[in-house]
This record gives sequence, C-alpha cells and structure tokens, in this order.
Amino acid sequence: MRSEVLLRAQDVVKSFPVRSSGLRRTHDVVQAVAGVTLEVRRGETLGLVGETGCGKSTLARCLARLYDLTSGSVMFEDHDITTLSGREMRPLRQDIQMIFQDPYGSLNPRRRVGSIIGDPFVIHGIGSADERRRSVQELMERVGLNPEHYNRFPAEFSGGQRQRIGVARALALRPKLVICDEPVSALDVSIQAQIINLLIDLQDDFGLTYVFISHDLSVIRHVSDRIAVMHLGKIAELAPAEQLFNRTRHPYTRSLLSALPHADPDVADSRERIVLVGDLPTPTNPPSGCRFHTRCPKAREDCALIDPPLVPVLGDGSVHETACLHPLEVGEDLSLATPRVDDTEINTASHPDQEAESA
Amino acid sequence: MALLEVRDLKVAFTTADGVVQAVRGLSFDVERGSTLAIVGESGSGKSVATQTIAGLTRGAKVTGTARFDGIDLIGADQEVLRGVRGDRIGMIFQDPLSSLHPYYSVGWQIVEMIRAHRDVSKAAAQQRAAELLTLVGIPRATSRIHDYPHQFSGGMRQRVMIAMAMALDPDLLIADEPTTALDVTVQAQVLDVMRSLQERFGTAIILITHDLGVVAEMADEVVVMYAGSVMERAPRRTLFYRNHHPYTEGLLASLPAHGGGGSRLTPIPGAPPSLIGLPPGCPFAPRCHYAFERCWGAKPPLDIVHDDPLHQSACWLPDDAQGRRANLAALTGEGATTSGTIASGTTASGTSVDGATRVGPAASAGVRP
Repeated sequence: MRSEVLLRAQDVVKSFPVRSSGLRRTHDVVQAVAGVTLEVRRGETLGLVGETGCGKSTLARCLARLYDLTSGSVMFEDHDITTLSGREMRPLRQDIQMIFQDPYGSLNPRRRVGSIIGDPFVIHGIGSADERRRSVQELMERVGLNPEHYNRFPAEFSGGQRQRIGVARALALRPKLVICDEPVSALDVSIQAQIINLLIDLQDDFGLTYVFISHDLSVIRHVSDRIAVMHLGKIAELAPAEQLFNRTRHPYTRSLLSALPHADPDVADSRERIVLVGDLPTPTNPPSGCRFHTRCPKAREDCALIDPPLVPVLGDGSVHETACLHPLEVGEDLSLATPRVDDTEINTASHPDQEAESA
Repeated sequence: MALLEVRDLKVAFTTADGVVQAVRGLSFDVERGSTLAIVGESGSGKSVATQTIAGLTRGAKVTGTARFDGIDLIGADQEVLRGVRGDRIGMIFQDPLSSLHPYYSVGWQIVEMIRAHRDVSKAAAQQRAAELLTLVGIPRATSRIHDYPHQFSGGMRQRVMIAMAMALDPDLLIADEPTTALDVTVQAQVLDVMRSLQERFGTAIILITHDLGVVAEMADEVVVMYAGSVMERAPRRTLFYRNHHPYTEGLLASLPAHGGGGSRLTPIPGAPPSLIGLPPGCPFAPRCHYAFERCWGAKPPLDIVHDDPLHQSACWLPDDAQGRRANLAALTGEGATTSGTIASGTTASGTSVDGATRVGPAASAGVRP
C-alpha cells in the first residue's frame, strides 16, 4: 500500500559559497547536502534526523525546491522539478508545503491571522472572498483554533497556537506533501504533544505525506514510518523506524541513540553510554573517506580512505540501508569498541574545535 | 544544615500590563554535593527564582529568604553578593556565546574572574585557567586559552563557561538550561563533564531544565514548577515512578513513548496561564482533568504525600490512585472514563468536548480571562 513513490531525490547536492574572512578573500564552498538519494512514499512519514549543520533543513528546502540544486534531481510524482522556473513551479507549490520551526518568525506580525491563512487561496486565485473566509474558518476550526479569532494578530496567540496557524496555512491548498522542519522544537513538552497529535490526525484525515525533520530522536521515532539519519550532508542510515532502533547498523546512529536522555531513571542508570569524542567536523572541510570516521569508536584504517555507499547490510532487507564499511552486528556493544586508526591521522583529518556552521 | 535553604521566595515584577508574579512562594533545600533539578515549562519561574537567589533580578519585588551557608542572600548588600557570586556560587547559562565577552580571549576572561576574587599573580591565574580548560576536556588548553569565544564550537563554549564557573571551586553551581542549545551528542559530553566535576569537587548543582530526560540522568531531587509555584517535590525515582501531582503526570504522559509508532500522544490541554492577576485556586486547575470545586477556590499547599517526608505535592487530590479515580468519576458523572486520557477528558466546567478539534480554544477559554 505504501509503495507508491511520491517524491524521488537522486544524488542531490547543494553547496553554498562561503567567503572566508581576512585580507585574501578565497571562496570556499560548503557542501551542505553532499549527494543524497531517497524516496518519499505516498502516505508515509519520512523522518529526517541529525545534528546541527548536518544539512537536514537544506535537504528539505531542496526537496521543496525552495533552493536550486547544485546537482542531482528531484522528481515529484511524474514531474522533474529540478530545473523548473518559479512560474513553472507555481502550480506544483499547491502540492508541496512547509511548516517551519519558529512560530514567531514565520508569521508576519502585522497581518491578521485570517489573511495569513488565506494567502494561499489568494495567490492561487481560488474562490471568492466569501468562500475564502469560510475556508479559512473551517481550517482554523480543524487545527484547533477558534474561528472567531480570524481578525487577531499573531502576537495575540501563544507559541502552540501560532504553530497551529502555520499548520493551517500549510494545509490550505490540500497539499500532497508537507515538509515539517522542526515543527515542535520551539514548544514546551505539553504543547509539543498537542501539535504532534494534530499532525498525526491531519495525516489520517487528508492522506498527507510528511517529511518530518527533527533533532529529537524520540519525536522522530514516534511519528515516522521510516527514518533517515543524516551526518554531514549524507545519509548514514535509512530504515523503517523500529528497525533503526532495534537493529541499528551505523555507529553514528547508535551513538545518537545512546546520547538521548531517557525520562526514566532505570533506563538512564543502566543504558549503554557512548560519548563521542570531539565535535561535528565542519562541512567546509569534511573528513576523507567516511565522514564519521574521526569520531567513530569503531573506525578502521580503510574508513579514512573509502566513502561507503548507502546499501543494505547482509541480512537486512532492502528497506534498511547503511553507509558503513564496518556496520554493527545486531546487539554489538559499541562502547567496547576502540578505533584502530593512527591518532595523528585523526587529528589532521578533523577540525574538532570548529563549529559546523549550519547553512 | 543544607547548603542552600530557600524559604517562601516570592518575586514580582511591575510591568506596563500589571504586576507579574513570577515566583509565588518557592521553598527548597540543596544539600552539599547533590543535584537539585528544577523542572518546568517556559514561564514557570524556574530561571527567575535562581537568578533572584544570585541577586541578579534588579528592580524586582522580592520577599522570602535564601540562606546560603548561613548568609541570607535576599536583601544582602551588593558587597556581600559580589563576594559570594563567582566565588562560592558559580553560574552557567543556556547560551554560552552571549555569556562570554566576544572581545576578550577565554583565558583573559577566566584570569580576570580568578583575580577578581583571589590575590594571585597573572601567571598563576593563567596557569590555573589552562588547568581548568584541561579539566573540562578542552584539548591543547595551554594554546587555546588565547583563542576567542567565536573560535570555539557551542559545546566547547559551554565547557569554557563551566571552567569559568568552577574556577574558584564553588560550593554551588547554578546551571540554567546548560545543554538546551546543544546537540544530543554534545549534551551528553557536557553532562558528563558536570557529573565528573561534581564527583571530584563535591559541588552541589542546581540544574534548571525543561527536559525530563536530563532530569532522569542527573538529578538527586526534583522540584516541579508551574506558574511560579512548586507543584511537586520528590527524589528522582519517586518523581518518575510514584508521582502525585496531575501536572507531573501530564508532563511525563506527554513525552513520546518509545515504540509509539504514530499513535496519538497524551498532551496537557490548553496553555500555561498569564502570570498577571492569577485567579485564586490551583494555577493548574484550568488544564487539569481531575480538577474539582475545591481546586478553584483555594491554592493547595505543598504537603507531604504517600507518607513520605521527602515527597511533597501541592494538590487537593487524595493520595491513592483509587481515590483519584473515584474523584474523576464523580466529576464526569459516570464511571466510564476508564481510559482517562487527558485529550478526550473534560474541561474545567465538566462538559465533555471533542478533545481532538477543540482542545485549544476550549481550554484557553478557561485560562484567559
């Protein structure tokens, strides 16, 4: 049932020029997304998880064609949308919508809620003024806002309610694909759960497909059918949600999981703890070979040389892909592993003290 | 005697809209060498409370006492506070970049901090700074002390902050959302550093956070705050496994359960109240699905529950789960609410609403006057 592909990204690369400071202005390039291939299937929620600067938001914007791709292609249904112009893209915008993280920054403070939510109708010339107003009020009701608040300004709403406004705006044109970029990260836990529930309900009601981006693994696990773990512009592991947690293959995924604090003292006291050494390397100068090898507890000599492809590990189905030369055995204890790489090589290949700038 | 004893702390700010009662009667103890977590949502008063204790809320109307090793910090004059702050109480904040001066090297900043409190030579202070940076896990510390804050990553900056806060071996470290801005892998590193420093130097920690996962990892004792008041106070395990207050219960229930797989969560309906002109009664009552008449009339005191002197809860509900269910059944007029989920529960007025579609406005109607 969930096999039909709605969107297919092939070898997507997105780089940004960075002007380095100083007298000699050299132009560096940050490869925020460094070759990502994935499919989004109709009706599913694809979770995208990773640390700051791993390129998850950039990838999302590439999928929605808010960015032009440096190379690679994006197919939406039967359309190749890689090089469509703004005008050609416009009819497809109805089908691909986004929900953003910051409910304060993504709503124009000087416009009334009714007109913010109604904008998509105006832009696409749908309905008369009366019909639009009715549609907007229906939408407001549907996302749990009081339709009588049609004429209020965003400032009169709490963070959770603002996020509902963002959701209503994204849903106005009944899109097929909704890209949610950290939709609950700015909200308190009790409110977070309200918005997650809303998104789950709307998916059921409208048959939506979600690409759900978060740095919070427990949220991702809860909402996703499949999860892609990103690391420095590449996908490290891609698997059905439960499989990713139960049969973790990539050491990076495992260390992310082990770093996640559990709101359960028994689990917190007894779980495996892998504390990664150092910070995320910078995408301007990523490590050679596997981009995780400088921090990987299981790194071997060849990891510094070979960039592993994203393929199924022997024994996993084709649905579970891992980009690792030495994937974990099921049940292997990563905290016992020690890297077998020359130390000097690790130090020269990485820049552990510089922050990976998020693009 | 506990290291820090806070009693009935109240903090209010006068604003153009009215008096904001940010903290409304907070009491807690911090024992030497232990970790107290203060957990709450935004606006619960958790940061204001600790900033007030450190004397950082100027212009606020403050009552109550905060005895730190015998000295009452509330109303102490600036001279005394300056001696205590930085020296005996270290502080770290959420955003290490805005807490460090961008114009000075981190070494300079640590040296200045040491020399403000101790009569030592510059060279000695510098050596101490390098030691501290090594201690918090910054590689090549002797050369890195000459670097500026922007040359460090977020996690490294937070380590610098910790090094600075620990410079004079304080008795108490106040950490206000120290890992909220950090990635999980870096968060794990920073929490590790805090834990190992605590073990080594016996520092007491007040950890302010909204993340119950961090609480479960770090705390000895937990204070749950809501709308400026303490809702519940208990040792870590008690709080997670035998909690009493419906707010604590609601917070834990709203976390995504592991292996949930797309099922609905159990949120707390509505939103936190405005802290201006709070009505009498329990501040959580408008969002509480157990709320009954008494909750609206008077604010429940923080009282011992489950016959455990270490476990206190500010709630009118009976102790045991059975009495609680009876209470809920009486409210809804029938015993059919066995599932008892908050989302499909009842509003304060007792009328059933369709939680899925009208949770927002229905609940906020009770909250916003």
